[in-house]
Amino acid sequence: MADNGKQHAPHRGDMTGAKALWATLANHGISTVFGYPGGAIMPVYDALTFYPEVRHVLTRHEQGAAHAAEGWAKATGEIGVCMATSGPGATNLVTGLADAMLDSVPLLAITGNVASHLMGTDAFQEADITGITLPITKHNYVVRDVEELPRIVAEAIRIARSGRPGPVLVDIPKDIQLAAFHSEIPAPHARPEAPAPSPESIERALELLRGARKPVIMAGGGSLDASAEITALARAWDIPVITTLMGLGAFPSSDPLWLGMPGMHGSVAANRAISEADVLLGIGLRFDDRVTGRVNGFAPNAAIIHVELDAAEIGKIIRTHVPVRGDAKQAALLLTQGAEPTARPEWQAQIEEWKGRTVTPETYGAGYAVKAVVDRLRPDDILSSDVGQHQMLAAQLARFEKPRRWINSGGLGTMGFGLPAAIGAGMAEPGVRSVVIAGDGGFQMTAQELATLKMYDVRNVKICIINNSFLGMVRQWQELFHEKRYSEVWLGDSNPDFIKLADAYDVPGYRATTAEELPAAIDAWLSDPKSALLEVVVPHEHGVFPMVPAGAALFEMIETEPAKSPDLSAQMQDAAEEASEA
Amino acid sequence: MTEVRDHLLSILVRDEPRVLTRITALFGRRGYNIKSLSVGSTEHPGVSRMTIVVSGDRGVVEQAIRQLEKLHDVIKIIDHSLEKYVDRELVLVKVAITPESRVEVRQIAEDFRSRIVDVGRHALTFEVTGDEGKITAFIEQMRPFGILETMRTGRIALTRGSNADIPAHVYHEGETQALQPTLEVQPREERARHVPNLF
Repeated sequence: MADNGKQHAPHRGDMTGAKALWATLANHGISTVFGYPGGAIMPVYDALTFYPEVRHVLTRHEQGAAHAAEGWAKATGEIGVCMATSGPGATNLVTGLADAMLDSVPLLAITGNVASHLMGTDAFQEADITGITLPITKHNYVVRDVEELPRIVAEAIRIARSGRPGPVLVDIPKDIQLAAFHSEIPAPHARPEAPAPSPESIERALELLRGARKPVIMAGGGSLDASAEITALARAWDIPVITTLMGLGAFPSSDPLWLGMPGMHGSVAANRAISEADVLLGIGLRFDDRVTGRVNGFAPNAAIIHVELDAAEIGKIIRTHVPVRGDAKQAALLLTQGAEPTARPEWQAQIEEWKGRTVTPETYGAGYAVKAVVDRLRPDDILSSDVGQHQMLAAQLARFEKPRRWINSGGLGTMGFGLPAAIGAGMAEPGVRSVVIAGDGGFQMTAQELATLKMYDVRNVKICIINNSFLGMVRQWQELFHEKRYSEVWLGDSNPDFIKLADAYDVPGYRATTAEELPAAIDAWLSDPKSALLEVVVPHEHGVFPMVPAGAALFEMIETEPAKSPDLSAQMQDAAEEASEA
Repeated sequence: MTEVRDHLLSILVRDEPRVLTRITALFGRRGYNIKSLSVGSTEHPGVSRMTIVVSGDRGVVEQAIRQLEKLHDVIKIIDHSLEKYVDRELVLVKVAITPESRVEVRQIAEDFRSRIVDVGRHALTFEVTGDEGKITAFIEQMRPFGILETMRTGRIALTRGSNADIPAHVYHEGETQALQPTLEVQPREERARHVPNLF
């Protein structure tokens, strides 16, 4: 939420640390906090009752709170806030913090802790959460003096939002929450301006682009807020654009210049273009190993221009020929101003040929189901995913015309991310449909958040479970790299009846098990006035292709699914019977 | 890339809890090898100075510096390999002595301008300061007599000349500019490598 400049009255006299916390959050325009109370944060929850302008959303697990805050932040670009008590509450936030760290999500985590005099004594529900989260936060704090509390929270918010965003944790001992507070609540920090790229670096980049015969632009998660500028840049130079998993939506999918996603499950066009390019302009990305494949086979013929705010990412993985350190928006603007459109008919023809090799799932299966769902989405809809095959399928098949409509766990690959993130995004934009595609495995890691949907009567969250009775991505790897030894990936016997599960939380459920049933089920599910769940039961054995095997170069990709494996369900049932007989 | 050698880094940090953990955890997590580390306060209240010797090639050290610069507690980093500097280390060495060796040991210590800081019946403890070469030489000279214990402080360094490493105003600014890599673009012919024809 934008800073509205509204100052909260300091309540002199009856102010405690806990109230100072809420007053500071309110001052910063924080409208929603996702959390879960407990012993060491009770004073904060008590003080909450005096601050009706901040809505607290009670999730059913602290991990759900962290992911919901991430969903909020990823959809809006604004900071997400989550809250937990000491010890187990705080450690339950850890997965969400690590996720936010890897995906550069601005997140503020508030944790309670045992009273100062008990810290370090292994007191009840004590955990050294600042120690635990040290490597997975941009910064973290323990508040030692109540008068410092609002200053620290304001600084934490500034750090989380500035530069390359990330999570910041503020740990507040219980006695600090209760202590009388006498200072002023500080005004929010002005948002620092992103550094402008140096003219020399822009000039060198322009030189390279002018001479390029096979140029390609690759836009990552750091380019989402520079979407308009990057689109103008690509069109001005007539250069094809690849958007990474995190960058989907930074460039409109409908534009003929769009080549899709690169990397392990990237499109043929994107991976081939990278392998053949003579100039690669990377904007707001960090060359993750899932994007590059084998590093010395990545863009082997290309001079690399890397536009990036975080200097540590420049040259970290890929040798950079022209580093452009600074704001993606400004860099794209400057590079557009120097544009010299050049006709490159051969490159264009080559790209068109590659684009023609797009795989469309034609037989009923996970890919078919995902495509049927994403084809019915409107440009404004927010699409979240959990982690696994369905995630890669959604990333391959969905089309995004705008940024911040695609929410998933990229860097950490966190199963269980999807549902709470979709709830967070749905609450951030109540007028927009928040659709989440999950697998039967990941959904069960945070399925209890259905209760959050029910409690707050959230009406715009649409859950789709692609149920193949397997941990599908692991199964796919076992199939390809472990001689089909399907070790511990069969869920089919123990999966719940997802429709009944949804019903238990008053969430309407729909199911499709064939291609024929699918369209009507999707329509009924999407047109339900309430949040609703759709289970699509699909055959077990479908994989996600194209695929670049781990350790291979992008040009070594497998374009289509290899010959089918034998009937897995029969195999698994045999194995289950054998086990029960033994 | 370039040769592996020792780099001397001075890191100015805010004197706050856990700052040492933050720095060493970063080195540990990213696999940078700390050969020596010393920490002390500075002329500015609230600011500590660390000298870290890290070994690696130029690329590793640049990456370590950039990662360090992202830490909120880090005020400024100086890579001493980029300019002239003075460095010192202090070491305490306890050497075994016998009535026969006593005089010779004391003579060697004098040659090194070392001070005796403790006298025992069967051992003398020396204090030596100097650069790495001098300390290594001293220890090697004493080794034949029997070294009972040593303790080294780790190297500390300052840039040569009359300028302060850190102008006072920097202490109040916070963020520093990271180094820019300066890879030259090779001509296209040299860049082109064989790509297997799998298309």
